Amino acid sequence: MSNESWPLYEVFVRGKRGLNHVHVGSLHAADDAMALTHARDLYTRRNEGVSIWVVRSEHIAASTRDEKDPFFAPSADKVYRHPTFYDIPDDVPHI
Amino acid sequence: MTTTHHAEASPPESPESPETLQEHFDATIARDQRIEPRDWMPDGYRKTLVRQIAQHAHSEIIGMQPEGEWISRAPSLRRKAILFAKVQDEAGHGLYLYSAAETLGADRADLTDRLIEGRQKYSSIFNYPTLSFADVGVIGWFVDGAAICNQVPLCRSSYGPYARAMVRICKEESFHQRQGYELLMTMMRGTDAQREMVQDAVDRWWWPSLMMFGPPDDASPNSAQSMAWKIKRHSNDELRQRFVDMTVPQADKLGVTLPDPELKWNAERGRHDFGTPDWDELMRVIKGDGPCNDQRMERRRSAHEEGAWVREAATAHAAKRARKEPAA
Repeated sequence: MSNESWPLYEVFVRGKRGLNHVHVGSLHAADDAMALTHARDLYTRRNEGVSIWVVRSEHIAASTRDEKDPFFAPSADKVYRHPTFYDIPDDVPHI
Repeated sequence: MTTTHHAEASPPESPESPETLQEHFDATIARDQRIEPRDWMPDGYRKTLVRQIAQHAHSEIIGMQPEGEWISRAPSLRRKAILFAKVQDEAGHGLYLYSAAETLGADRADLTDRLIEGRQKYSSIFNYPTLSFADVGVIGWFVDGAAICNQVPLCRSSYGPYARAMVRICKEESFHQRQGYELLMTMMRGTDAQREMVQDAVDRWWWPSLMMFGPPDDASPNSAQSMAWKIKRHSNDELRQRFVDMTVPQADKLGVTLPDPELKWNAERGRHDFGTPDWDELMRVIKGDGPCNDQRMERRRSAHEEGAWVREAATAHAAKRARKEPAA
């Protein structure tokens, strides 16, 4: 009964001009062109987008598991990257 | 297998002990944060979700049939266009949900097989026939109304992709319910014969709609675990009560009678009392002995088989294109 599966694509939609493309879900399609038309029919039936990206899921490289992963540790230990790290007197304007 | 390549479904590899993983999972649930596909999760949580999401997806797909039968017989172009759009939405809802199930490692073709071979269920409500065009209206009003009661809390379900699919679906269900109610209002302004059709449809769909929320709480063994995992947010009986309270004033406005002599306002509880659905009937329909089980399954099976050549042709076309245009 089982049929040969079409590859899985991840779908990204730009909601309107000025916004980034955002991941909205996935779908199966035989090729890129079909993935785009399916994505249009599935994810933008009510003007949800002005632009669509599709990419084969197998082509996405992803970081491992979740936010407690040491992969992200370097971003936590450099507080001097944040503007609030610096003491500026209140009477200095516009800074 | 496509699933092993799924960006979100790679099997988690971790040097951490099972206890640490479980603690982290429990803490995430306790903080009311979402579980995401690549997080570690207990096997039971994953299995429960795959089963629930797949059944939900199958219900959307089978749910195209009862109303789809009326597309060619809709009384006006306006009603036909609306019904087309609604049935297309049901297909879309099924696909959002299959997509969510795949983030848990399920395989799309396998899920389709499980439905077609009767190894996974779909909602019992779609095993009832649509005898008149009023049924289209009543399905929108009752069945989609019940679906909204069920699905709005699922927008806060603990599994991220499921919750996000539900947000998208709930936005669209509102159109479904309103088109149904508007259709019924139009018929109620028509002839006596039309009003009788509406009342007849209400009489037939009321009890099956109450059964959509599942068995009563004391006969629903998996509910407690699902609620502890925050997959489910409210019990079957609570959701059923909400649906009744929501629907009674709508029935009054419409001018129809809900077919339950025990239905009455209980001022003390601030809610409606109502009768008990026939749970034996629900069990019979779930087990395959409803009025339309065979017909629904046969239709789904033949649509799948008769569509095989299209899938094969598209695959062959894609392969040919790939040979002609080596990857850019």
